[in-house]
Amino acid sequence: MAQGFQADSQSNLMAETNYVGPFSRFGSTSRKDAWWVQPLLVFLVLSSFVVYATWAAFQGKHYFYGPYLSPLYSPELFGDSPHSWFGPRPDWWPQFIPWSPALLILWAPGLFRLTCYYYRGTYYKAFWADPPSCTVSEPRKTYRGEHSFPLILQNIHRYFLYIAFFFLIFLSYDVWRALWFTDPVSGEKTFGIGIGTLVLVINVVLLGGYTLGCHSLRHLVGGIRDRLSGAPVRRTAYRCVSCLNRRHMMWAWMSLLWVAFSDVYVRLCSMGVWTDWKII
Amino acid sequence: MPSATFQVQRGGAGGGRLETYTTEVAEGMVVLDAVLQIQAEQAPDLAVRWNCKAGRCGSCSAEINGMPKLMCMTRLSDLPPGKPILLQPMKAFPLIKDLVTDVSWNFRVKKMIKKFKPRPPDAADGTWRMAQEDVDRVQEFRKCIECFLCQDVCHVLREHHLFEEFIGPRFFVHVASLEMHPLDVEDRREELKKADGIGYCNITKCCTQVCPEDIHITDNAIIPLKERVVDKFYDPLKRLFGRWRGKK
Ligand code: SF4
Ligand code: SF4
Ligand code: FES
Ligand code: FES
Repeated sequence: MAQGFQADSQSNLMAETNYVGPFSRFGSTSRKDAWWVQPLLVFLVLSSFVVYATWAAFQGKHYFYGPYLSPLYSPELFGDSPHSWFGPRPDWWPQFIPWSPALLILWAPGLFRLTCYYYRGTYYKAFWADPPSCTVSEPRKTYRGEHSFPLILQNIHRYFLYIAFFFLIFLSYDVWRALWFTDPVSGEKTFGIGIGTLVLVINVVLLGGYTLGCHSLRHLVGGIRDRLSGAPVRRTAYRCVSCLNRRHMMWAWMSLLWVAFSDVYVRLCSMGVWTDWKII
Repeated sequence: MPSATFQVQRGGAGGGRLETYTTEVAEGMVVLDAVLQIQAEQAPDLAVRWNCKAGRCGSCSAEINGMPKLMCMTRLSDLPPGKPILLQPMKAFPLIKDLVTDVSWNFRVKKMIKKFKPRPPDAADGTWRMAQEDVDRVQEFRKCIECFLCQDVCHVLREHHLFEEFIGPRFFVHVASLEMHPLDVEDRREELKKADGIGYCNITKCCTQVCPEDIHITDNAIIPLKERVVDKFYDPLKRLFGRWRGKK
């Protein structure tokens, strides 16, 4: 357990001594609590989500049921469902790539989450052990963080935020469509609410709470300024975003899990495994 | 009277060892009480730095069971009962002796940071006017007691020793308190990116976790500063549409 220092004449700021730490082995720490539980949980949940979302995105079927469209497939630019904007699979789609409408759009929410400040901090720990947990030693001795390529690219997060706003609009429109059920006999559309409608409503609310609590948004609506007195609209917006931002982690997880659940719900209804109960 | 066992790291820069002490403890005692009792009764040469015993001066920083904490604010009743309590000095800084480290690097870093530069006075008598709500934001950062626990826990310093390239969370809090001040007109974004190395922070929030003053270091200081750096250096649209900064 020896700690030692050696003289280092090269250094300016840390002038007198240079530290040689006792904990150089990956995972060593003096902590006595179960520090590995949290990163392990994050690793398991996040990788399960990625595996499931990838699998679901490549399916290309069972992504709609009645008036519902799975959020993993929304907006459906091209596709065979009634939700498609521009008709069926385009001719220019390369033959060697499996076709699925989700592949056209899923990059956007994917990169939004990948560059999210909260997720960054948490996956650097859980997937890259950088650090595995606070005061626990790391596997690598070199470190560049977000100071240089490639992680410096994380700085474009705000651009994915702009795109995410459009997704919120599309998903809200999906909720609107999920209120209109087609009568199988007459073909008439009537207002209704099914369990699936509620699933999609909750999905938009959770994604809204996540997106509107974004750190970049907090900066853009008010954080950018040092004085908000005398700017009532900005001040209110800053306060609202800050309020959601305080629980950004919670919104991030709830919205992530619910997106997956919404897809599972639509998928199982479409496969006939679950029955979608109508409330009204 | 019940007793508790402490494993205290002893020794200086040349090497250290863990020594075990058992001492009587009473209800309401904090770790520093026990350390001072050990010093009084068993180890008069045990080096420990402290001043206020009230979480105000920031001098009793150490690592208790591997986590950076103030000894005077850590109650024995909050530690796992019946198990020996491990006490070590802060790992990120040069060790002087026993539990005392040399934190002077921090004071040298502080001198590098551009000072407060207020706009011209608002009134003829040389005074300024500020709205309370505008000051509230920086008020949080002024709670800092310079205990340097956040510097100690930050892996950029602790594990990677980037003392020349990275100023550490404490000083991002300090820069934030100046940069977001309603009167300040200085621009510190270039320094933040280059000399201060804000890009090395990977927002893993260990600093926030250990701050005894409950300052939301990562969410309220570092990330907003990162966003201001993005405005200046990484946002092509913003650069394209003029140099509008929106400050003040
Ligand atoms: S959030 Fe940044 S400054 Fe704070 S401990 Fe982590 S790397 Fe260091
Ligand atoms: S920010 Fe918090 S942890 Fe860091 S030096 Fe100040 S009071 Fe201590
Ligand atoms: S910081 Fe999490 S979504 Fe922007
Ligand atoms: S002795 Fe002052 S903070 Fe602990």
